[in-house]
Amino acid sequence: MRLTQAIIILLTIVFFSNNQNLLASGDETFKNLKPNFSFEGPFGKFDRESLKRGYQVYSEVCSSCHGMKQLSFRNLSQPGGPEFSVNKVKEIASEYFILDGSDEYGDPIERSRVPSDRFQPPFDNKDAAKASNNGAYPPDLSLIVKARSDGANYIYSLLSGYEEPMPESMHIDESLSYNPWFSGSAIAMAQPLYDEMVEYDDGTIASISQMSYDVANFLAWAAEPTMEERKSLGLIVMGFLFIFLILMFFSVRRLFKDVH
Amino acid sequence: MNHDYEYTPGNAFTKWLDKRLPLIRFADENLLSFPTPRNLNYFWTFGFILTLCLVTQIITGIVLAMHYTPHVLMAFDSIEHIMRDVNYGWLIRYIHANGASMFFLAVFIHMFRGLYYGSYKEPREILWILGVVIFLLMIITAFMGYVLVWGQMSFWGATVITNLVGAIPLVGESILTLLLGGFSVDNPTLNRFFSLHYLLPFVIFGVVILHIWALHVTGNNNPTGISVKNTNDTISFHPYYTVKDLFAYVVFLLMFAYFIFYNPNILGHPDNYIEADAMVTPAHIVPEWYLLPFYAILRAVPDKLMGVLLMFGSIVVLFFLPWLDTMKVKSARYRPTYKIFYFTFLVTCLLLGYLGGQAPEGLYLFLSRVCTIYYFAFFLVVMPILSRYEKPSPMPIGISNSAINTDLGTDKNPALSINN
Repeated sequence: MRLTQAIIILLTIVFFSNNQNLLASGDETFKNLKPNFSFEGPFGKFDRESLKRGYQVYSEVCSSCHGMKQLSFRNLSQPGGPEFSVNKVKEIASEYFILDGSDEYGDPIERSRVPSDRFQPPFDNKDAAKASNNGAYPPDLSLIVKARSDGANYIYSLLSGYEEPMPESMHIDESLSYNPWFSGSAIAMAQPLYDEMVEYDDGTIASISQMSYDVANFLAWAAEPTMEERKSLGLIVMGFLFIFLILMFFSVRRLFKDVH
Repeated sequence: MNHDYEYTPGNAFTKWLDKRLPLIRFADENLLSFPTPRNLNYFWTFGFILTLCLVTQIITGIVLAMHYTPHVLMAFDSIEHIMRDVNYGWLIRYIHANGASMFFLAVFIHMFRGLYYGSYKEPREILWILGVVIFLLMIITAFMGYVLVWGQMSFWGATVITNLVGAIPLVGESILTLLLGGFSVDNPTLNRFFSLHYLLPFVIFGVVILHIWALHVTGNNNPTGISVKNTNDTISFHPYYTVKDLFAYVVFLLMFAYFIFYNPNILGHPDNYIEADAMVTPAHIVPEWYLLPFYAILRAVPDKLMGVLLMFGSIVVLFFLPWLDTMKVKSARYRPTYKIFYFTFLVTCLLLGYLGGQAPEGLYLFLSRVCTIYYFAFFLVVMPILSRYEKPSPMPIGISNSAINTDLGTDKNPALSINN
């Protein structure tokens, strides 16, 4: 008994002494900024206007290097998203082209995209993408918010974090940029956003942090277009279960009243 | 409470049926009037919860298989298709993914309950062994299911775990090739994992039926560990335990629903939302949370083969529990010394789970080794020694007779000799 107690105490001391050198982690990345997105929390919904602006930033800036292969244009008009009008989505899609099937001579047919088509990929394949980007592959952004821990906050921090001054002691390759939010602090993507780079349709001033916020919102929606549906159904399910719980509680109490 | 109740067919049809296929009699004896100890606490509701977990996984799994494509080029995208395009596909998939975690949570509680109240002891050895078989099948099934997602963690987890088989001397390499369907994790691996992931739950279902059969031969253990002596000690399964189990299940469902609807990805790893890429290795390869304690044991050992043997040994040792702990007193309630070692063991397992998620270096590695040693010492040293020397504390005569038994620890003790 004494021995067990001694072991428990020893383990506890060792565990909580938490020697920083032993818990090795060389990463000197910053803590993510938290702009408090409207979609957080159990009742959170996306800010539609921000999603629309976010799509504008994606299509005018990000999409030249990053694809979003899981998304179709029709997603832009479905409930729970940016909710562009159906006509607007047709108009957006028609600006892009796709090779679809072949004609009677076997030559490929090029046509405008329609809402049921996927977003246009920026490169034909991965190698072409690498060749245009100094050998670094710009990842597909469809799921980027789910594929990074603390996704939306991370994207926001990363995009607005290029202005941080680089520590004097640090030296990085010329083809890389300093960004303390990126793992290792040296990122292959050059600063993508500059003030007033985009002219928002709704007149919002396009500061770096505004654009970062909007595009992070848009990517969060793109990673899970069914989020609003999920949370609203969750509320109904939890409500039902809670009533069921109360009924069952009193059933058990009454039933076991005479059993001791 | 109908103690001396026996099923009697009510009408002409049921009488006719009872003589040919006594289906209703069977259901009545096993599900309705089955005599169950009156003193079961809420730790006894997990058998019911686990049955429903299995049914949930099978139903959602069948629906997912209707939309999933087991091909390396399409698997990842077909899951996104389920999430985005299939009606309520996101719901089915989140139930299935989080359902696996809930299943393991429930099975861990179920097993620790058995360990605390001595549910593996005579006459329930086979019942316990069948349970360990189910647990082993669950681990294999869950591991294969995680690979089907074909994300980065799926791919690299599969690579690490299947490579362990290669550590077996002589036949290891051949078994590995057979398991992978080639020389590395690729399309044939994904195909056979899909096939086996569909098959194994039905095998589990079969073993569950045997598990319940064995339970209904010996009857339930109970928190006192004292055997049922007469009908005063029992109540019928229905309505008492059907209602109590259902209440516990609703509590369980509330927690389950929280994960599905409000935090569906917290139990998974973000890297698994990146499509598998054989050219890019993730910074840390970690399995799902429920396998972390075993992963910690694997990495605690510097030698690969020994690590593999200890990891499998940590489950195999459970098969021998009934013969390692031969103390006649079942419940830890009356075993003060065992109780201390038991809770230390519980903390050790939780700690191993934490350590499995950390890099195997420095303090983490040292703690993993200490915990691994205690894990095995608990079964192989503590249990046999305590069986011999521990003095149980005074216990009541029976389940419904709280008078203290003065004739403790001898063969004359009616509470202990009932099974002899």
